Amino acid sequence: MAEHHDIVIVGAGIVGAACAAECARAGLKVLVLDRGCVGGGATGSCMGHVVVMSDSEAQFALTSYSRRLWLELRPNLPPDVEYEICGTLWVAADEEEMAEVYRKHKFYSERGVRVELFDGAGVRAAEPNLRPGMAGGLRVVDDGVLYPPCAARFLLDRARENRAEVRLGVAVRELLAEGGVLLEDGSRISAGLSVNAAGAWSPSLTRGLPVRKRKGHLVITDRYPGFVHHQIVELGYLKSAHSMTADSVAFNVQPRKTGQLLVGSSRQFDAEGAEVEQPILSRMLQRAMEYMPGIGRLSAIRAWTGHRPATPDKLPIIGPSVESERIWMATGHEGLGITTSLGTARLLADLILGRKPEIPAEPYLPARLAAKMSHHD
Amino acid sequence: MTEASAKNLLALCLDTMETEQIHIRVNGRPVTVAAGTLLAVAIAQAGETSFRHSVRNESRGPLCGMGVCNECRVTVNGQLHIRSCLTPCEEGMDVRTQ
Repeated sequence: MAEHHDIVIVGAGIVGAACAAECARAGLKVLVLDRGCVGGGATGSCMGHVVVMSDSEAQFALTSYSRRLWLELRPNLPPDVEYEICGTLWVAADEEEMAEVYRKHKFYSERGVRVELFDGAGVRAAEPNLRPGMAGGLRVVDDGVLYPPCAARFLLDRARENRAEVRLGVAVRELLAEGGVLLEDGSRISAGLSVNAAGAWSPSLTRGLPVRKRKGHLVITDRYPGFVHHQIVELGYLKSAHSMTADSVAFNVQPRKTGQLLVGSSRQFDAEGAEVEQPILSRMLQRAMEYMPGIGRLSAIRAWTGHRPATPDKLPIIGPSVESERIWMATGHEGLGITTSLGTARLLADLILGRKPEIPAEPYLPARLAAKMSHHD
Repeated sequence: MTEASAKNLLALCLDTMETEQIHIRVNGRPVTVAAGTLLAVAIAQAGETSFRHSVRNESRGPLCGMGVCNECRVTVNGQLHIRSCLTPCEEGMDVRTQ
């Protein structure tokens, strides 16, 4: 008799792993497939910032819901996940950005997110290595950082404890409208549902899916404990990261538990290659040194790149596809996939099982992008 | 160049080296070396064999001598992770093994 699963999840990144854990916990028989390894895409090349965002109500709803789930899970995480509640410090370089600090402060406060407002002196006291003269900043107290590949492995282990199976090195060609998947070797695996959780590679499984690869560079330094205390993000980031066209860089630095610093960030469309590109890497580090001059004296150990799965409206795609009720989506998380993986998984399982989700699912449903998808074909 | 003038040149060089002395401190102890001496040499001269400790607290010291292995890292004037095998001594340096 041919094997059968309730649900086959394509992609063993943080999103696929979270979906597997959640569906297996709900009693579904889960199979996870990945053409590479656990966390081989954005999961293994990103910063691992667990952050509540405020760009839109839908983005806030999913990120705050997800951060709550992370904080609930935290006591059960093994030490190598290195989940540290360092907080996010959004820094404003000028009065224009300070207006954004006030907007964010109001937005978060009204929604019960713990925040602290800083003036220029307060920012400097919190992070003495920032250049003098910052206008101010906002500290989001309960944000944190973690090490995503170990988090993905942990979630898959949890799924396995609930009978899930994980097969690596298995390439999927297509998700089937009648359920299950067609593999590159021509064989089929039947299942009630299939889920495209292939991140930046998800359009290769679902033709016309409006997910674009958005390349990023990161640098990691040697160990300098105490050099920074928070994940620090410039508010100029809001101006640059939102541009859908030009290549952009932003100051974004993160303390690791080891004392190392992760230094970012860059965003590029139409750059499919994995190679480190010196011009944008230089711009990125230049930006970091503008905010934190001492960074220039630290030694970097390694630079690398990854690709984020970006959608046109900056929201992930979660739920049943428009083509078939047996093909589901959990992709398009761009730069927030670590944070939103847990919320995505809970939402997906709720929708599959007909449970009432804790947050409205509509903003993330694939159907919202259907019109755009037909244009892409 | 005659043999005599070559000798004079060598003597001149030696004189220069002898006259230009650099004073540094290694773990608080004063060390005097000739100008141009690399930090790794000065630290060894100060009697230190452990330049740094690994993440698992093992002693480490210079291995490659050319900036590749990173085992000779020390703290110089408060700055962590300076490769002593690539760094010439400078007057007044405060050097700490890690």
